[in-house]
Amino acid sequence: MALSVSMTVNGKPVTVAVEANALLADVLRQTLGLTGTHVGCDTSQCGACTVHVNGRSVKSCTLLAAQAEGAEITTIEGLAAADGTLHPMQAAFKEHHGLQCGFCTPGMVMSAADLARVNPAADEDEIREWLEGNMCRCTGYHNIVKAVKTGLATMQSPAQHAAE
Amino acid sequence: MYSFEYQHPTSVSAVAAALAADPDAKVVAGGMTLIPTLKQRLAMPSTLVDLRDIPELQGVRAEGDSIVVGAMTPHADVAYDTTVRDRIPALAYLARHIGDAQVRNRGTLGGSIANADPAADYPAAVVGLNATVVTSSREIAADDFFTGMFETALEPGEIVTAVRFPVPQRAGYAKFRHPASRYAVVGVMVAQTAAGVRVAVTGAGPSVFRVAEMEQALAGTFSPDALAGITVSPDGLNADIHAGADYRAHLVTLMAKRAVVMATG
Amino acid sequence: MTVLQNPAKSTGIGAPVKRVEDYRFLTGRGRYTDDMNKQGQLYAYILRSPHAHARILSIDTTEAEQAPGVHAVITGAEMKAAGIGSLPCGWLIKSRDGMAMKEPPHLPLAVDKVRYVGDQVAVVVAETLNQAKDAAELIAVDYDELPATVATGTAAGATGAPVHDEAPDNVCYDWEWGDKAKTDEAFARAAHVARLDLINNRLVPNAMEPRAAIGEYDRGSEEYTLTTTSQNPQLIRLLLCGFTMGLPEHKVRVVAPDVGGGFGSKIYHYAEEVIVVFAARKLGRPVKWTAERGESFQSDAHGRDHVTHVELALDEQGIFLGLRVNTIANMGAYLSTFSSCIPTILYATLLSGQYKTPAIYAEVKAVFTNTVPVDAYRGAGRPEACYLIERIVDVAAREMGIDRAELRSRNFITPDMMPYDTPVGLQYDSGDFQRNLVDALEMIDYAGFPARRAESAARGKLRGIGFASYIEACGIAPSNVAGALGARAGLYDSAEVRFHPTGSVSVMVGVHSHGQGHETTFAQIVSERLGVPMDKVEIVHGDSARTPFGMGTYGSRSLAVGGMAMMKAIDKVIAKSKKIAAHLLEASADDIEFADGTFRVAGTDKTIGIAEIAGAAYVPHNYPLDELEPGLDEQAFYDPKNFTFPNGTQICEVEVDPETGVTKILRFVAVDDFGRVINPMIVEGQVHGGLVQGIGQALLENCVYDEDSGQLLTGSFMDYAMPRADDVPSFEVKTNEVLCTTNALGVKGCGEAGTIGGAACVMNAVCDALDIAHMDMPASPERVWRTLRDKQAAPLAAE
Repeated sequence: MALSVSMTVNGKPVTVAVEANALLADVLRQTLGLTGTHVGCDTSQCGACTVHVNGRSVKSCTLLAAQAEGAEITTIEGLAAADGTLHPMQAAFKEHHGLQCGFCTPGMVMSAADLARVNPAADEDEIREWLEGNMCRCTGYHNIVKAVKTGLATMQSPAQHAAE
Repeated sequence: MYSFEYQHPTSVSAVAAALAADPDAKVVAGGMTLIPTLKQRLAMPSTLVDLRDIPELQGVRAEGDSIVVGAMTPHADVAYDTTVRDRIPALAYLARHIGDAQVRNRGTLGGSIANADPAADYPAAVVGLNATVVTSSREIAADDFFTGMFETALEPGEIVTAVRFPVPQRAGYAKFRHPASRYAVVGVMVAQTAAGVRVAVTGAGPSVFRVAEMEQALAGTFSPDALAGITVSPDGLNADIHAGADYRAHLVTLMAKRAVVMATG
Repeated sequence: MTVLQNPAKSTGIGAPVKRVEDYRFLTGRGRYTDDMNKQGQLYAYILRSPHAHARILSIDTTEAEQAPGVHAVITGAEMKAAGIGSLPCGWLIKSRDGMAMKEPPHLPLAVDKVRYVGDQVAVVVAETLNQAKDAAELIAVDYDELPATVATGTAAGATGAPVHDEAPDNVCYDWEWGDKAKTDEAFARAAHVARLDLINNRLVPNAMEPRAAIGEYDRGSEEYTLTTTSQNPQLIRLLLCGFTMGLPEHKVRVVAPDVGGGFGSKIYHYAEEVIVVFAARKLGRPVKWTAERGESFQSDAHGRDHVTHVELALDEQGIFLGLRVNTIANMGAYLSTFSSCIPTILYATLLSGQYKTPAIYAEVKAVFTNTVPVDAYRGAGRPEACYLIERIVDVAAREMGIDRAELRSRNFITPDMMPYDTPVGLQYDSGDFQRNLVDALEMIDYAGFPARRAESAARGKLRGIGFASYIEACGIAPSNVAGALGARAGLYDSAEVRFHPTGSVSVMVGVHSHGQGHETTFAQIVSERLGVPMDKVEIVHGDSARTPFGMGTYGSRSLAVGGMAMMKAIDKVIAKSKKIAAHLLEASADDIEFADGTFRVAGTDKTIGIAEIAGAAYVPHNYPLDELEPGLDEQAFYDPKNFTFPNGTQICEVEVDPETGVTKILRFVAVDDFGRVINPMIVEGQVHGGLVQGIGQALLENCVYDEDSGQLLTGSFMDYAMPRADDVPSFEVKTNEVLCTTNALGVKGCGEAGTIGGAACVMNAVCDALDIAHMDMPASPERVWRTLRDKQAAPLAAE
């Protein structure tokens, strides 16, 4: 039986009719066409599906859309500015070549952006520990770690604060 | 996933009513275990009763000499709560090492202990810290709560509403994590409390267990050296491709020592 | 053909240009196969075998066909009756007795028998995936279980039920390579022989994007489109048309859009590609299939899985005299597309490594087992060769009391010996192996290692240092050589360089990018060579309707082969442009010089830009139509003269916690010779990623089957330990450019290097830390703990 679920996705209110057993990831990808959120596993390990729900990173493959009723959702498509300017974390990934095939990238960036909330001054070990919920098979993580470090710093910089 | 009905009652009594009305209903808290199980079609509940809309199940509060954690409090909230970090740092540490960041943002204390996965971290905290599990109908002592692999003392229709952790004099948690799943291969919570020393082991056996010999030794001298030579038998311990029973037995003593170091550090 | 190198130029060859691909990936605008939904699309769900080995007595689909939303239930019998053929193997290996390898049929859906857990049994096509899954539960399959053959080492001649009737002893081929008599003679006069038994553990590639495929068929135009997660869409089209489905190739388009990593696992022609096209034709509607990760574990071709005995003969000074290798290689249940050449042509030919070992002999027996097919996984044969060479060199050094760096130095092939003919059939063109080692030793501060080891010991930790000096053969290969070695297809590649009238350029290439950044590096070359700004260059790949026929991307071949095809096409464009320029500037074509996008009459200031030439070519108002055709659009095919030979030395330091058995990598340095580097930023990224796959094999990853039941015990990320960010270190990397002499770009390839040496390097460090001759991979905490425990117990047991 279909349920009506209202949420805010990337700043816009949406109401969708979903089955009770629909996953948030599938609703984002199929109903809302936000295919930047990827699904890379079925055991809640790989993190490619990471989005922000009420400001926190969660794995959208392990959340029913029904459970997101009333929530504020941010996906990778909602991270850049309206004019397309990359978010500091996205820009840092480009700057440091923190992506190759791009499949894990949206989840990786969303997870990294959430680290700014918890530990904006994270060192390399703390960044690596934080990213344990996001697998990447291409980069060997080296450049991702560099990118996250830069991204965190840019997110904290006064210029950035002024812009926000 | 098979089809099911979805409900999200707003009170504990409404949850009880929903569960009483439908014997095939299942409660979902954070869903970190249940939803992957449903995705693989390994469970077929008729109804999911979501606890998300019950405010009284949320949050951490100090209550006298105890810290009370609501059943629906995510691991991250325990890990970063200033009161928990202040008064039971070992509990904050344990919560910060469950799963990964995204799991900690969704997974809950109540869901973890009600599921009673033998490799979960929280059972070690509940038993090691001699907590009391508060349910919709009663209070259950930690030692009575976990009854076996994926089994607890919860009756049908009964849900965990909170866990009351008495603040110990000192405590430490050491975990040897599974290289793939990141669950505990062995996790040991050691706590020195007014009522004595407790050593609780998760991951190693079918269910969390205490090691009396270690508790007695540590009651004498609370130092890692006190555990030298004390081993648990590998008989009946878990074994898989990543850790045999003898290796787990070895890790129990080792993690217990490291937990003591952390408690005294 | 000459190559300029101008790193000062911000986008030229050698410049660390930021990738043009990144914006779409960073903003969620990549287009992967599963992101696409076609009008009227149905979903396919594949019922897979729960048994490792069983006869199919019957399949009853009646109830499933009646289920809600179901459009079709397809079985192997139906596909076979419709003439669907076997998934082919592209490389014919002959046994030492001259007999062709055993090549049993591999139908997309099993008929009569299933041969591994995950083997395709039936397909349900329905309106929704959930409906397809519901219906699949209603299919009644009656199996008669047979004993499963699982273990590599004992599969040959195993009693019980052979995997295929065509190979009653489970042997696919029994192959040899090298000079046995000469090698025996070398061993006869050896002062020392080092011996080792080792297992190269089975791995699951696990590209982060699960495989997916969408089949479409237009009954009006009779056109087929397959969108698939492939590293080589043109090859899939060829196999779909020429082998499995017999489709008319001019009516078939195969698209591999953005692909989320491959590492070899997306080279092959898979059953699901046939299934979705077959179902789409049957139903007249698009049919989509996307693997769940659990299916990936059970159906993507696995990698490695060798059991090997190796012996190295040395003289008193530690000079290598001969190498003997005996390997059993697991093919799995069927021959995947390239499977047969991996443990032979891409393995035994590399057994010389970086060393002047004069006599080498290898025997390789390939066996069928009731497991997922095994094929190329990043490195493909070469990591296996490097692992055994670098391990046996360490064992020899340990036994003879020679420093491991010194022993390598004494045996290196030196630059003055280039080109060097190895005793295993390759000719190395270039490389300075000693320089790579010396540089790596300096970077890691080898001299300071004893002090660091002592410092670790003071903390109760065991520190070790390990080396791997690897060489690989990439850019396969001259087609005539490959053909002589059994390749059933040529291994050239192609490119088309098309100037548009207003001066921008589209370059259509036959190779495919799925993380490598071709859209950037290839554009750098085009920009540099043609003098066109990079933002006016577009690299087109992955769509058979837009690109010329090419063989795709694997074996670090894209630049060395596809890049060279592009260079040839560029040269054709320049040659034609010179003729146009000569006409427009009223000079002789011989007098026209070209540099930085400008044509000039030598010795004058008469010039014309290449964009104007393009305009003139397409708007030929003033044009020598009697001498030149309009247009500026050139295509070239390139067949390489030789393999390329990337090489280097990796060194890592590890620290083992003897209490837990946990190994931590403290530092990892890599000095690589990739020939000319087009984009150092991308090259470093390739090295990092490769290294972590090598480290993963050494410390974490292991695909395990239950040896009795044939059930896959590591069927998810909950059990198969993937390297995560906190498992691995940061890296210190450096490149030593020694230009390849057999292609004009001077490039050698960098995609696999890290993986080729990585596992050997880590295991050499672990064995050094533990002070043991050998342990098998992965050096997981439990195994290290057991190894140390057994080592402590051993002296007592001897007493």
